Amino acid sequence: MTTSIERPATAGDRLMAPVARWIVGIAALLALGALVVVGLFVAPPDDVQGDAQRLMYIHVPAAWLAYLAFAVTALGSGLYLWPRTRSYVWDRVAGASAELGVIFTGLTLLLGSMWGRPVWGVWWAWDARLVTTAVLFFLYLGYLALRRIPAAADVRAKRCAIAALIAFVDVPIVHFSVTWWRTLHQEATVFNPELDAKIEGSMALALWIGVLAFTLLYVYLLDLRYRLEVLAEDRDERELEAAIADRVQGGVPAREAVGVNS
Amino acid sequence: MSIVQEAALVAAKDLRIEARARVISQQILPFGLIVLLLFAFALDPDRGVLQRVAPGLFWVTVLLATLLGVSRSFALEADSGARDGLRLSNLDGSSIFLGKATALAVELLVFEALLALGVVVLFDVRLASLLPLILGTIAATVGLSAAGTLYGVLAAGIRARETLVPVLLLPVVAPVLLGATRAWEASIDGVPSDAWPWVALLGIFAVLFVGIGMLAFGPLLEES
Repeated sequence: MTTSIERPATAGDRLMAPVARWIVGIAALLALGALVVVGLFVAPPDDVQGDAQRLMYIHVPAAWLAYLAFAVTALGSGLYLWPRTRSYVWDRVAGASAELGVIFTGLTLLLGSMWGRPVWGVWWAWDARLVTTAVLFFLYLGYLALRRIPAAADVRAKRCAIAALIAFVDVPIVHFSVTWWRTLHQEATVFNPELDAKIEGSMALALWIGVLAFTLLYVYLLDLRYRLEVLAEDRDERELEAAIADRVQGGVPAREAVGVNS
Repeated sequence: MSIVQEAALVAAKDLRIEARARVISQQILPFGLIVLLLFAFALDPDRGVLQRVAPGLFWVTVLLATLLGVSRSFALEADSGARDGLRLSNLDGSSIFLGKATALAVELLVFEALLALGVVVLFDVRLASLLPLILGTIAATVGLSAAGTLYGVLAAGIRARETLVPVLLLPVVAPVLLGATRAWEASIDGVPSDAWPWVALLGIFAVLFVGIGMLAFGPLLEES
């Protein structure tokens, strides 16, 4: 009862050609290797913070990537909602990017906490930036929860796109209110802007390599996650069609017929 | 019909149902008061801790009540195909949004008034400057109702909506909790000049979410 359930490949099946993804992946790997060398061995330890400061080379890029990822989610959601550019490509990009954004935000919080312990003596401080980042994390965690709710593809995409844009609009308000709150109550914050003002050459280099490496990694993972989403949609479609065929004809269990478990 | 008339129609419908079902008065309000009692159990009432943190406790309780209110507001539409009725009513999406948000805001304001009485009586709080306090409360309530109604319709028709709405709504309304609490603190301390910036922030939040709600409610209702 093998029916032709191979879906014809469409334009939105891939973001990048497989070769391009390989190239980006290898470039990301090389950049990460360079980051390890420059960040751990070439750049000198910080005068005040010692080796703990080296966490900056991954903490700051992670934060930067989180912002980039959420901006891409907002862009993808906007493009999906705009009738002229409506395409599931944008919905998948938004979803994949939000997932990466949540991971990078979580990483930022985790690394910041690890950095804070030796430098400030505490795992967590009620600093405006920390609180904003934590709220950001939960905002998009909610968005991911919404994405996991099954629904017709167009319903889900529209619902998620609107939720992503609401979250995006909310971020500046959260940031503003939290900053205001902490500056009204605390005279001196743990972040001293003048401390970061001067940065030694090889330290800056390590930071830039970190940003580059994480950005490449982001592009690589985004494409991979996008592809995974397409394959998952494909599988759902096959399972559905097989289940229907199974119902119509009776006999072979649907899962085995399409070899889903193999 | 103008948008105001349509909204009034929807709001009146919701409020009439609430007046008859008495869920707010017999369930949500007692819930709020018991939460105040629980806070007193958790924090030592003798050391003046309660007085100091009363604004925060008040607004956390209001947030919890908002979650219940949102869930209630859309439970009304879940039975007997009421949502289909709403969709077929030929009312504009933004009017329905305004109507439902208004009803929720009215319910919350009643809740807040009684809860404030509870805070004053139980926690021995004295409200010094009333004007920023009242304006801040209204702005915060409008913001909460608008955001709540928006997420309510977003989650309407989803089986897991009872757990989904808190996860989605609470981070979004975090600035409301922050602003309203600070505005109340300043009002209680009798320093209204500290409260006004927060009232303004609450106002901006309210306007923004009423705007987003009016735009997004229609499309979301269509496909819920």
